[in-house]
Amino acid sequence: MDAFTTHTGIGVPLHRSNVDTDQIIPAVYLKRVTRTGFEDGLFAAWRRDETFILNNPSYAAGSVLVAGSDFGTGSSREHAVWALMNYGFRVVLSSRFADIFRGNSGKQGLLTAQLSQDDIELIWKYLENEPGASVTVDLVSRTVTAGDIVAPFEVDDYTRWRLLEGLDDISLTLRHEQDVTEFEGRRPSYKPSTTSA
Amino acid sequence: MSGTLAEKVWDAHVVRRAEGEPDLLYIDLHLIHEVTSPQAFDGLRLAGRTVRRPDLTLATEDHNVPTTPGPITDLVSKTQVDTLRRNCEEFGVRLFPMGDAEQGIVHVVGPQRGLTQPGMTIVCGDSHTSTHGAFGALAFGIGTSEVEHVMATQTLPLKPFRTMAINVEGELQPGVTAKDITLAVIAKIGTGGGQGYVLEYRGSAIRALSMEARMTVCNMSIEAGARAGMIAPDQTTFDYLEGRDHAPTGADWDAAVADWKTLRSDDDAVFDAEVDLDATTLTPFVTWGTNPGQGLPLSAAVPDPETMGDDNEKAAARHALEYMGLTAGTPLREIRVDTVFVGSCTNGRIEDLRAAAEVVKGHKVAEGVRMLVVPGSARVRLQAEEEGLDQVFTAAGAEWRLPGCSMCLGMNPDQLAPGERSASTSNRNFEGRQGKGGRTHLVSPLVAAATALRGTLSSPADLVDAAVGSAQGADASTTTASEGSY
Repeated sequence: MDAFTTHTGIGVPLHRSNVDTDQIIPAVYLKRVTRTGFEDGLFAAWRRDETFILNNPSYAAGSVLVAGSDFGTGSSREHAVWALMNYGFRVVLSSRFADIFRGNSGKQGLLTAQLSQDDIELIWKYLENEPGASVTVDLVSRTVTAGDIVAPFEVDDYTRWRLLEGLDDISLTLRHEQDVTEFEGRRPSYKPSTTSA
Repeated sequence: MSGTLAEKVWDAHVVRRAEGEPDLLYIDLHLIHEVTSPQAFDGLRLAGRTVRRPDLTLATEDHNVPTTPGPITDLVSKTQVDTLRRNCEEFGVRLFPMGDAEQGIVHVVGPQRGLTQPGMTIVCGDSHTSTHGAFGALAFGIGTSEVEHVMATQTLPLKPFRTMAINVEGELQPGVTAKDITLAVIAKIGTGGGQGYVLEYRGSAIRALSMEARMTVCNMSIEAGARAGMIAPDQTTFDYLEGRDHAPTGADWDAAVADWKTLRSDDDAVFDAEVDLDATTLTPFVTWGTNPGQGLPLSAAVPDPETMGDDNEKAAARHALEYMGLTAGTPLREIRVDTVFVGSCTNGRIEDLRAAAEVVKGHKVAEGVRMLVVPGSARVRLQAEEEGLDQVFTAAGAEWRLPGCSMCLGMNPDQLAPGERSASTSNRNFEGRQGKGGRTHLVSPLVAAATALRGTLSSPADLVDAAVGSAQGADASTTTASEGSY
């Protein structure tokens, strides 16, 4: 995972709440066995609509998605994160994220920054008035800057640290393998095994 | 120290706890399917890692599998299934492939084999893993990076969830099912209402449910935004488990039951939030929009977006009605469907099929409606055939299919065409979920079956009403008491 400190890129106002992961990438696009190439399925249904925001050349090269509340609900598919990142997004801003999506994003280095809905609305207005304008997301100071707007955002300390350092979870856990082995020695004997019956 | 059920199970699985870090939680059972695992296996391979506990891991093929006889014809789907087979062989993971007597939807297979037991931690790269919480297990969906993490370490670093009690008291009226409870809960707290919480379903209405009905309730916890749903184990749970393939036996059984009986929220346990629902006022529920929170009693009408909360909610509702091709004010009962789907990890178990069969028995599916009945597993299919349910369905004009996820998400050929409308016993009515441009109304198996016969969204009471004009039917069609509150 690449380390993330600060990112500046074109902001894309996605004026919708409850964007579920079936909208981010429909199931028919989940059939690859790699982690790449999913950008073709990103918002596939909406991109067929020529008025959709990513079909506007000013926003097409966007890397900071500014979304409505409850972004990433529904299916646990990590493909939603891969699709966003494969397309070029590095940050999603929303006033609330679904748990699984947020967790998946943290594992892949996609920053999910939680802002107040008021700040989201201000940034939407700014980006709609200034198509193609840039947004800067600074993970060190936990602020988003868009034009004159400077808004704080929330991200939990642990995820922030991992993103700043670019650390992967499995290596971190394997530092404590001895604890895992000891725990296994204490498990009750009645716990089931998948291979026993 | 007193605690909630979720906290007790959590605490019993903490491998390591350190200030400022997530808890490292041990995972008792890892379920795998073909869609969310290939990149995880690939990650292991690249890092030279193995699956730490193949004996706590089980794979099944479900999302892509066709439900008609014959091989997978979609080459990309086939690649995914073939990849799972190769990976399971290489890493020593037990797999139930298509055609195997144990194959089925991952969340149907675990419980029916007795692998899902109280007090366990269970994960799967699938958000409906919450299903297993019906047994008092802490079970939740994870992403592919976490799948790889569990494969490599049998643990997950996790921040504690908050706890929410969903108290459902009173007796359900006839024709009202677990599906109606869960749709009413989601309509009440919203698709984000459970965000960050584990829901514990409690109360007399929950205790009265069978294990399969409890699974339906826990299954849709994720649709309220909750990672997991749980129900404290009781005699119903123990009776269901005893004698199943992986259930403990002899002294182990006694030790297990003694432990399981401690798995309940203490009387003085404090939940971070509580929600109350009166079971006696519930009526059959259906969704009208494009998220599972957009639901109403069947007796209601399509709501007017302009009467809804804030601007965002209005906009979402307007957008939903446009997508669904519905007009505010139309009685839900007048909505005509062309497809009925009975199946999925929500409602694809034997009791669901029995309930639907009971309604369609001796009747014909309405003109212009296709009805698909897709058992949740090969075992469910076999059991249904032993009971003659397949005959009931096919005699009514329904299609009797092979087990899999099927039209719940349309990764296989079972899809809605653009503009087609379904009454579906599945769990998500998202735009395009059942096929590009498809329109989904989430319903219980009883409502699905009655809808198949009448061609419009209906409950079994409507059939009685139509046939003999009975008072019972009239009553059921005019329930209004609880409508306003959702």
